[in-house]
Amino acid sequence: MTKERELAVATTYRIIVCDGTTCINRGSRNLISRLREQLERHGLADRSTISLSGCLGMCDKGPILVVNPGYTIYGNVTEADIPEIVEEHLLHNRPVARLAIQEDHLYNRFFRVFGDAKFFGKQMRITLRNCGIIDPENIDNYLSLRGYEALARVLTDMTPESVVAEVEASGLRGRGGAGFPTGMKWKFTAAQKATPKYVICNADEGDPGAFMDRSAIEGDPHTVVEGMAIGGYAVGASKGIVYIRAEYPLAIKRITKAIEDARAHGLLGENILGSSFSFDIEIRLGAGAFVCGEETALIHSIEGTRGMPRPRPPYPSVQGLFGLPTVINNVETWANIPVIILDGAKWFQTVGTETSKGTKVFALAGKVVNTGLIEVPMGTSLREIIYDVGGGIPGGKKFKAVQTGGPSGGCLPEQYLDTPIDYESLAKAGSIMGSGGMIVIDEDSCMVDIAKFFLEFTQNESCGKCTPCREGTKRMLEILTRITEGKGRAGDIEKLERLGNMIKKASLCGLGQSAPNPVLSTIKNFREEYEEHIHQGRCRARVCTNLVTYQITEKCVGCGACRKVCPVVAISGTAKKQHVIDQDKCVKCGMCFNTCKFDAIVKV
Amino acid sequence: MTTTQANDAIATDDQKLAQLKEFIAQTQKDEHPDSFLIAVLHKAQELYSYLPVPVMDEIAQEMAIPTAHIWGVATFYHYFNLTPPGQHVISICLGTACYVRGAAQILQTLRDELKIDMGQVTPDGLFSLQPARCLGACGLAPVVMIDDKIHGELTPKKMIQILNQYRKQAKK
Ligand SMILES: Cc1cc2nc3c(=O)[nH]c(=O)nc-3n(C[C@H](O)[C@H](O)[C@H](O)COP(=O)(O)O)c2cc1C
Ligand code: SF4
Ligand code: SF4
Ligand code: FES
Ligand code: FES
Repeated sequence: MTKERELAVATTYRIIVCDGTTCINRGSRNLISRLREQLERHGLADRSTISLSGCLGMCDKGPILVVNPGYTIYGNVTEADIPEIVEEHLLHNRPVARLAIQEDHLYNRFFRVFGDAKFFGKQMRITLRNCGIIDPENIDNYLSLRGYEALARVLTDMTPESVVAEVEASGLRGRGGAGFPTGMKWKFTAAQKATPKYVICNADEGDPGAFMDRSAIEGDPHTVVEGMAIGGYAVGASKGIVYIRAEYPLAIKRITKAIEDARAHGLLGENILGSSFSFDIEIRLGAGAFVCGEETALIHSIEGTRGMPRPRPPYPSVQGLFGLPTVINNVETWANIPVIILDGAKWFQTVGTETSKGTKVFALAGKVVNTGLIEVPMGTSLREIIYDVGGGIPGGKKFKAVQTGGPSGGCLPEQYLDTPIDYESLAKAGSIMGSGGMIVIDEDSCMVDIAKFFLEFTQNESCGKCTPCREGTKRMLEILTRITEGKGRAGDIEKLERLGNMIKKASLCGLGQSAPNPVLSTIKNFREEYEEHIHQGRCRARVCTNLVTYQITEKCVGCGACRKVCPVVAISGTAKKQHVIDQDKCVKCGMCFNTCKFDAIVKV
Repeated sequence: MTTTQANDAIATDDQKLAQLKEFIAQTQKDEHPDSFLIAVLHKAQELYSYLPVPVMDEIAQEMAIPTAHIWGVATFYHYFNLTPPGQHVISICLGTACYVRGAAQILQTLRDELKIDMGQVTPDGLFSLQPARCLGACGLAPVVMIDDKIHGELTPKKMIQILNQYRKQAKK
């Protein structure tokens, strides 16, 4: 750990309150006034600082407090716990064991910063290095942790060519999904003569189960600003644009403030740090269209038109925004840049695998104990992520699959759990790295239903420009719908495969080219579930409504609650006697199942 | 109130219109003024909570862009409402994490309770329903956002209770 960081972390009493979305919703902001009041009461106020931070990645245990000295992480903190924490921990130096998230002292690599929670043991935080540590709205916090040092070094000691060379040597690849080498992309744009040139940060985050980019910006917006300024210098751009989802108000507020503060400190604007380099950043909001994450569609959207993709080449690096050379990179890609400059390509190369260098951030969610944001070195296995970092599957349920890459990706079953995370290995296993959504699925989910869920999404988001994408996904969705309704026919699986492969080949942009992936990968890995639906009318996860029947067991106490809610009067029985469902009348609405207080109604 | 009357009321709300015009004027100084169309639509929706036709006409005039083009853009992006939303906007998260944790059941509950579909408003104007994609609170899945407040770890029962709270408040 650097000296600067140690200094910043070691103020007398420093209490960090997580101000990430989940913690706010779990009441973290109510803790602050209570903390103030208690610190006053014990006369500790002038020796303490309370600061806010972005998501620490332990959202399921929110609200989270980190209390220094001691680096103790407290979870599920309520207002009523505050007096005890202040009195015991701060006054008597006795951490409150009952609330502390402390699991295993072996996992102490991040002890100084993150305490000894096992959650952080297998992680390596490069792009999230400041998330949860600094106050994202305070530029001085960022500056004290070597913030903007990389930009200063680049402007004073490095030529644009040497910056591009350093990024190229680091082996960094785009984190937005496709994994294109960043240095190479920059080289193309740097070589262009036309000006002005642009750099764009893609913060459109389309994957509908992911929040990496949002949390990264909420937790440490200056890293992205600094990365973009370095990129602008390297390729000769004078203007940067952050294209961010309108649905992310907190992230928008924080990146806006970061840009203003950087400007006020002379870190953006004319002649940055006295050099001849001038660069400024503007924010543009998306408006809820998944396809706008695609780079050519995104450019159209910034230009103020319908966000439809166009054929490439020409690539944006040559002809991008307003027809001028443009570098587009993902939020996480940009956040890697200051670290590569500060610690060098040589160091960066030591992290990760042969073909994929550095780390990857994932939004781990679904049926897993610890849901939240994690960052692991490339090469970490899926098993380590799900079981060591994620704490496994809750409720004693059985693991079924892990989904990566969102609507463009695939579902991998148990036998792939030892696959190391890198672009090539995940592709070989039949999924993709994607932008970082990682959803754990247990035995309670139906794989046909999951495939249908993703296809519904892409079909709805297809911009409609190409027929295979627009119509083909509709046909596929029809077939999937009929399978989940128990009306599947022999040959449907083959038809899905044929259609899927055709759409992949004949679509213009990545949306259409990847839309069939969730279906094809579930057919490949869970074919028997498709067959059961079609040939036996059976859904093993009991998710597909038409394929389950509701039955009342002997647990029934005859309260009659189900009889009253049944919309079609399918339930009969007398008081205090076991009721029965008339299967011919039942429309499988599930109301009785949700109503019964005695768990007497089962799905079979 | 009929739609035309409503539209007239909107067009004559001078204060909002002045604000919108001023915002547009700012953008027209840029080298690429047309590129601010989406930003202008965001501003309009912020002011009016949806995009009334007369307001789009005003925008067309101020930015010198054909109304047809503006309409094309406004309909392309899901974020823009072309009809007035309910008093409380319910956004149900249909992100993957919420889906695997039972968002479909919550959606069914909302449909049954409100008797409306996605994009519609209840007859009393109290609620409108729209889909959202990952609200960034997957740890609380399944979640629903009503106006600015997130409600998490929902079950059909809890969802109904929450709706009833809003209904009770409205009666007061
Ligand atoms: C349908 C579609 C959606 C995409 N969504 C995103 C996104 O949300 N965020 C992102 O960074 N890249 C997204 N991309 C990839 C971008 O086109 C582009 O490759 C990327 O922003 C380049 O940055 P990188 O090299 O740093 O990854 C998407 C691509 C497609 C085809
Ligand atoms: S593949 Fe689909 S989303 Fe992409 S351009 Fe064609 S129709 Fe639009
Ligand atoms: S599932 Fe619905 S229709 Fe069938 S018995 Fe229960 S309440 Fe009645
Ligand atoms: S929001 Fe607080 S830990 Fe994620
Ligand atoms: S998927 Fe619903 S909040 Fe993330």
